Amino acid sequence: MNNPYMPYPVRIDDIEVATEDRSLKTFTFTFLNPEDEAAFDHKAGQFAMLSIPGKGEIPIGIASSPTEKGFVKFTVFRTGVVTTALHNMAVGDIMGIRGPMGNWYPWETLKGKNLVIIGGGFAFTTLRASIVYMLDPANRDNFGNIDVVYGARSPGMLLYREELFEWEKRDDINMHITVDGCDDPSWAYNVGFVPTIVEQKAPKADEDTFAIVCGPPIMIKFTQPALQSLGYGDNQIIMSLENRMKCGIGMCGRCNIGKELVCKDGPVFTLEDLNKTPREY
Amino acid sequence: MKVIKIDKNKWTKGLDTARESYQLFGPVKIKENHCFAPLKRDQQPDMTVVDTVLSPKSTVFPQTEKLMTATLDTSKPNHHLMERADTDYSPRAVIGIRPFDARAIDLVKLNFDTKDHRDPYWCDAHDATTFVGLAVNTPSQFDFSTSMDSGPFDEKGLDVLLVDMDTGYLAKILTPKGEAFMACAGFNREATAGDLQKMEELKKAAEQAITTQVETDNLREKSLLDLHQAPFWDDVAFSCINCGTCTFVCPTCWCFDIQDETKGNNTTRFRNWDSCMSPLFTLHGSGHNPRGEKTQRVRQRFMHKLKYFLDKYDQGTMCVGCGRCVKSCPVNIDIREVCNVMNAYEPQK
Ligand SMILES: Cc1cc2nc3c(=O)[nH]c(=O)nc-3n(C[C@H](O)[C@H](O)[C@H](O)COP(=O)(O)OP(=O)(O)OC[C@H]3O[C@@H](n4cnc5c(N)ncnc54)[C@H](O)[C@@H]3O)c2cc1C
Ligand code: SF4
Ligand code: SF4
Ligand code: FES
Repeated sequence: MNNPYMPYPVRIDDIEVATEDRSLKTFTFTFLNPEDEAAFDHKAGQFAMLSIPGKGEIPIGIASSPTEKGFVKFTVFRTGVVTTALHNMAVGDIMGIRGPMGNWYPWETLKGKNLVIIGGGFAFTTLRASIVYMLDPANRDNFGNIDVVYGARSPGMLLYREELFEWEKRDDINMHITVDGCDDPSWAYNVGFVPTIVEQKAPKADEDTFAIVCGPPIMIKFTQPALQSLGYGDNQIIMSLENRMKCGIGMCGRCNIGKELVCKDGPVFTLEDLNKTPREY
Repeated sequence: MKVIKIDKNKWTKGLDTARESYQLFGPVKIKENHCFAPLKRDQQPDMTVVDTVLSPKSTVFPQTEKLMTATLDTSKPNHHLMERADTDYSPRAVIGIRPFDARAIDLVKLNFDTKDHRDPYWCDAHDATTFVGLAVNTPSQFDFSTSMDSGPFDEKGLDVLLVDMDTGYLAKILTPKGEAFMACAGFNREATAGDLQKMEELKKAAEQAITTQVETDNLREKSLLDLHQAPFWDDVAFSCINCGTCTFVCPTCWCFDIQDETKGNNTTRFRNWDSCMSPLFTLHGSGHNPRGEKTQRVRQRFMHKLKYFLDKYDQGTMCVGCGRCVKSCPVNIDIREVCNVMNAYEPQK
């Protein structure tokens, strides 16, 4: 019988230091069994459990797009037991992945719509997956305008820098990269907190425009009024949550917000959905 | 529905015959307290105890359970590859489980056997188990099962319902699993119409003996957010010391943690009972905690049992009225009172 606790075996194929303070690394995995790769068929916005035998498991958003074949990518912040163990691993090491888990950004609803993607700090992983997915030539025509506001403390703390600057050059996506502060005079982009840049640069809402917001709680808190002042309704604001998790499949009970389970009914919710919950996140 | 009559002096011999095909579990005294455990060769289930301190949920959901194992020895070809732990799922029977506890296992099934995923550990254990229940003729003062969609003779979740008739048992066979067990034990004498009538009388008497009435009829219509924001939670939680006893003794609490343990090169992934009463349960790596306050955790326990579960499955509350948490709570927090308060709550508008 199919065992949802059994990870697919994977090999670490690449490890890249993602930020100047080395607190984030991007890991690229390949599946040991090709049939597992086929079974791991994800949509942008989903997450997976990274499993290190002997250490434990952690839920991490999938940073690679479904359109990128042959590998899966995750960007992980070093904070506790499992993330530290992962940061200490080497290319070639064997570990496990369970998933894909949870729901995804509502791509069905978003078809034909304009999108503003708002990210802060290291919560840009599934947003990267989403951007790569939408920019894929096979998908780009399915969406209207795409705006991206992405901010970090400093230029060196921005994730996926090469890609960000590549996207800056394209004319089918409007990038608004920002940093909290910067003493580099050659910095050619924005300086200021994400909510401020949202207010200044994000498109005004109409019924065909949606916002996806991922970031630390404080950023989310101040971005909401910014979006509301631009006319976004609660059903047009889409967020991804990170409650503590263990099973990832709706059984262990800890990730609940009222009767919703973040691992199964989420992690993606509209603000309208969340307003109906006790908001324990 | 077949009802069989078993002489008490044939009971032990029947169980011994069944032991050849089933591993038996039953209530036994361990140190000071009764709990459900695998019966040793000569051990008999104690058919007199009404509510064991811990519920029999451990028979399908052990307090600590091996999920997977792996070797970390890189010279082995299968190093770091998890394998399902080797667990014995040969037929077992739980003897003397009380009806509210069987009802609880039936409710917990809603969590572990879903259309999206089937928890193979819980489900395999459940599939392997025959539940031979024992009706409660004399309910304890803590029993309020009749208010919670169960009762002293409730049949839900059971394969056989035994009724203690003093000199013997009547065994109501409820499922093919139950039939197979009874046949295996060699119990086959049909009960008489008089026996059945006596059984009905015992049932009525037992139901009437439960005098605690807990009100649940309004819970479904109440707004989840109103109840969550109700002003009484601080009062309810005030004396709670967050010991978690209420969740460990409860037959319907199923939350668990997953941990890896390594000895030398061998690692095992376990799951352990966990408790929403612990702040660690929801603590994020960043230090943020959505239920960092005691009141939030106490509210979570009652809201999950009496509202979230009800709204999610529409199969009643996630409390079967066994009364264990009431009896065991060191500061006398009483779900019967909390349920009545929730059921009667009208928000001030
Ligand atoms: C849907 C989702 C997506 C996520 N995506 C990312 C990502 O892309 N990059 C990233 O760096 N982090 C992400 N996180 C957060 C990440 O899961 C935690 O930082 C990580 O679990 C901490 O594990 P630890 O063992 O190092 O920490 P410890 O504090 O030692 O935690 C012990 C255990 O608690 C649990 N836990 C602790 N914190 C969290 C948390 N915030 N969320 C869930 N479980 C937790 C885990 O089971 C963990 O193994 C995500 C969380 C969720 C729920
Ligand atoms: S048993 Fe009582 S004191 Fe202990 S956690 Fe439960 S309600 Fe609180
Ligand atoms: S909540 Fe209390 S009374 Fe209800 S089933 Fe659990 S232990 Fe029994
Ligand atoms: S992580 Fe176990 S229920 Fe969500």
